Amino acid sequence: MTPAPLVQVDGLVKRFPGERGLFGLGRARRTVRAVDGVSFAIAAGQTLGLVGESGCGKSTVGRTILRLIEPDAGRVTLGGADVVALGGRELRALRRRMQIVFQDPYGSLNPRMTVQQTLAEPLAIHRLATGLEAKRRVAALLDEVGLDPAFAAAYPHELSGGQRQRVGIARALSVEPQFLVLDEPVSALDVSVQAQVLNLLADLQRKRRLTYLFIAHDLAVVKHIADDVAVMYLGKIVERAPATGLYAGPRHPYTTSLLSAVPVPDPKAQRQRIVLQGEVPSPASPPAGCPFHPRCPHPRKNERCRTEPPALREVATGQFAACHFAEQPM
Amino acid sequence: MTEPLLRVRDLKTYFVTEQGSGTARAVDGVSFDVYPGETLGVVGESGCGKTVTSLSILRLIPEPPGHIRPGSFIEFEGRNLLTLAPKELRAVRGNRIAMIFQEPMTSLNPVFTVGHQIAEAAIVHQSLSRRAARARAIEMLTLVGIPDPGERVDHYPHQMSGGMRQRVMIAMALICHPQLLIADEPTTALDVTIQAQILELLDRLQRELGMAVMLITHDLGVVAGSADRVVVMYAGQVVEQASTGELFARPLHPYTEGLLASVPRLDTRVSQVRGRLHSIPGQVPAATSWPAGCRFHPRCPYAWDRCAVEEPPLLDSAGAEAGTHTVRCWLLTEPERRERHP
Amino acid sequence: MTVWTWLALASAVAVALVAAAEVRRRAATRAAGRRFLRHPTATAGVFILAFFVTTALAAPLVAPYDPAGQLDPVHLQNQPPSTRFPLGTDVYSRDVWSRLVYGARLSLGIGTIAMLVAVTVGAGVGAAAGYFRRGIDAVLMRSVDVGLAMPRMFVLLMAVALWERLPLAVLVLLIGLTGWFGTSRLVRADVLSLREREFVAAARAVGAGPTRVIFRHVLPNAAAPIIVSAAFGIGNVILLEAGLSYLGLGVPSPLPSWGSIIYDGQPYIATAPWTSGFPGLAIALVVLALNAVGDGLRDALDPRKEAT
Repeated sequence: MTPAPLVQVDGLVKRFPGERGLFGLGRARRTVRAVDGVSFAIAAGQTLGLVGESGCGKSTVGRTILRLIEPDAGRVTLGGADVVALGGRELRALRRRMQIVFQDPYGSLNPRMTVQQTLAEPLAIHRLATGLEAKRRVAALLDEVGLDPAFAAAYPHELSGGQRQRVGIARALSVEPQFLVLDEPVSALDVSVQAQVLNLLADLQRKRRLTYLFIAHDLAVVKHIADDVAVMYLGKIVERAPATGLYAGPRHPYTTSLLSAVPVPDPKAQRQRIVLQGEVPSPASPPAGCPFHPRCPHPRKNERCRTEPPALREVATGQFAACHFAEQPM
Repeated sequence: MTEPLLRVRDLKTYFVTEQGSGTARAVDGVSFDVYPGETLGVVGESGCGKTVTSLSILRLIPEPPGHIRPGSFIEFEGRNLLTLAPKELRAVRGNRIAMIFQEPMTSLNPVFTVGHQIAEAAIVHQSLSRRAARARAIEMLTLVGIPDPGERVDHYPHQMSGGMRQRVMIAMALICHPQLLIADEPTTALDVTIQAQILELLDRLQRELGMAVMLITHDLGVVAGSADRVVVMYAGQVVEQASTGELFARPLHPYTEGLLASVPRLDTRVSQVRGRLHSIPGQVPAATSWPAGCRFHPRCPYAWDRCAVEEPPLLDSAGAEAGTHTVRCWLLTEPERRERHP
Repeated sequence: MTVWTWLALASAVAVALVAAAEVRRRAATRAAGRRFLRHPTATAGVFILAFFVTTALAAPLVAPYDPAGQLDPVHLQNQPPSTRFPLGTDVYSRDVWSRLVYGARLSLGIGTIAMLVAVTVGAGVGAAAGYFRRGIDAVLMRSVDVGLAMPRMFVLLMAVALWERLPLAVLVLLIGLTGWFGTSRLVRADVLSLREREFVAAARAVGAGPTRVIFRHVLPNAAAPIIVSAAFGIGNVILLEAGLSYLGLGVPSPLPSWGSIIYDGQPYIATAPWTSGFPGLAIALVVLALNAVGDGLRDALDPRKEAT
């Protein structure tokens, strides 16, 4: 029995105006469909891992859900509240319930504000605490993310990457949200620190009953934290499944290739490595048919892949894939 | 046994910090060999000194604030690179030893075509004519697997993707058939599918050209797939050195052990991985104040009082031939302590 | 000149020296400060500015005579420098040193106030254009283009010509309101890149509105170019005011500004060069000092040189 979803995303679309040539001349603008009809749901207390390579639109999904970027179409609900329709004061109130942690621990903290100021700001905005009470709350937050409360007086440049990321997590937690978008929260960190932060995130989830959207490019990291995984390619979800099913038996050839490309720290591992040819096409001019077909290593690839875009459909219980040959995976 | 191609002995590269008060001992007594035709993996986290080591080999350290301490020794093809005159050094750089960097965008000059940049080394070192150099550039682009090399040779860096640019960097590095290629995090900025392409390319080129590769990376997975031998660095020192198979099968330094355990892995079942990852407590200390004694002891689960006062030398592992597996850890003198630990 | 005024002058020098030493001492403790001190002329610049600011503030103590007082129009006109009149007297027998000291008040004051106006407007417009982009950006930046295309001196001359007996406050305001275009462009460029930074997104995510984001997160990080352009801008305004006054259109006559002193001495430049020469020297020194300090600040505040 799965609990009712806390976060529901339906047909999310975000287009960006394309870039023009040098000096604004050249060809007319071509719209980039950064996010092209993405749908998923996350049950309360669960983690959805959103995986893909750079430029696939995964970060845009995260930011659009939080309305940091305005979506062009689609529905996003958080515990029944329509995130897209809300404006002004209601949106601000809703922001207490959903927060974000960013990838770059160097860019996500204001260099001119102390840790205390950074963490007290959300408390002030939502009138949760001021003065001494704010100080006490900040100390408690720092303690919760594993930092000495003495760090409150520090500026970001005095902290290491891992410590900054902890401050970023504390800021997100300060308003006591239910839902966190984690946008590559450990990719910029060293291996040993990455493990510390992943453990912290897992502990916080258990303790605070948090729901995570964990955006990452690293399938190995996602494997450690996600209950469900969605794989994106060129703005679309190409496979979505419970983690157990996806890692044991990927149905989309892109998922299979991604999995086989991840280096495994074991020289004895005898893996058949699929090296994808070519590169991700420009999202301004995605290929017709299946967007993955020019690079697809599937032996049964045929004319149909070039013309008919495959729909995301359920191929096994809970496992969805957008491939004409999902029944015969590689 | 063959003679090493590159012999680094007791390399010390220090930086005067901007505060003017301290000295950052970024590389502090590093020794290792690179043999002809092999791939040596140099692994470590940021701040361990792996990049400074590679820059020191070609004397590309900005002076000031950096300087290579007297007593350091880097022998390449029988000559000490640290005492070469600038002119002789330039004959080595880009010619006998080439280098590629992590960020292919900033390492390419945006105002020249890639053909021009690839050919430059050939023009400098082999005095080729412009036309011959262009032909060589196209040949190199073909070698590194860039489609339509005849057309791509006239493109500018911004017209290429990250993976393409890294291929161009490799073409630039290899045009003079170097004996040693130093690759500093060559795939860190790339996506996994592109990383796989570049690693495969490096593998193939090494086999075809018979050069040695020094592969500097933070990614143990990359090392496991590509390197013959591995040097693990921590806090400006080599802490463990062994063949790749030996290192991954029997990591002896607690740091190596911890690092291996903290990597999220794909090759385990989901049911096994959910839950806590192993992590190394604390963080890498600052290069201006390395801990006394063993530099890893504040984070080490096995540390005892000796570790805090006495710095361990590189010791030979008991089971291996002398020099093939060395570890900077006192545990090797008292192996029973490892067993006693939970 | 009495002993007291000499003493006051000596104290002004001492205050300036102490100020410069204090700036050096404080700067040396920080990386940015050390970059500032690496400029060989920056400390000298600080000293010169501190000296003129001190004398301007302490004008009644440092000036031996009434700056407008005609001491003896018959016997004391165009006197060369002497112990009694350290910088000589002008054609109306007024003490040039006293006028220079009071002129510092006016010239530096006009420069500072006009620049404050310019920087405030420029930062506001630049921040609004860069942060909201789209329509607001287009409208604001096109007006900036128009503003930059108009010759500033011409606009000011026109205003002076159209408005008889232009009050000084209006003149200062006009100088300020014609001087913000460059600043707004600098600020807009910075804001455009700052608004894409993740800490700005994080602030929006916790519910911060545009005002809070701009004033707490964006502008403090764009302070460096604002401060630098202000330092250069004050020098420009002083020159502009001097130019206007030199044409007899700036500060009305009995009031001493450095430009108007030059204007007064100009017919006698061959026989009594001190009247125009010393205020000219003062302008040159202050503008050079401002440029030196501006250069130093630019290096000191350059975020690319900020150590991580």
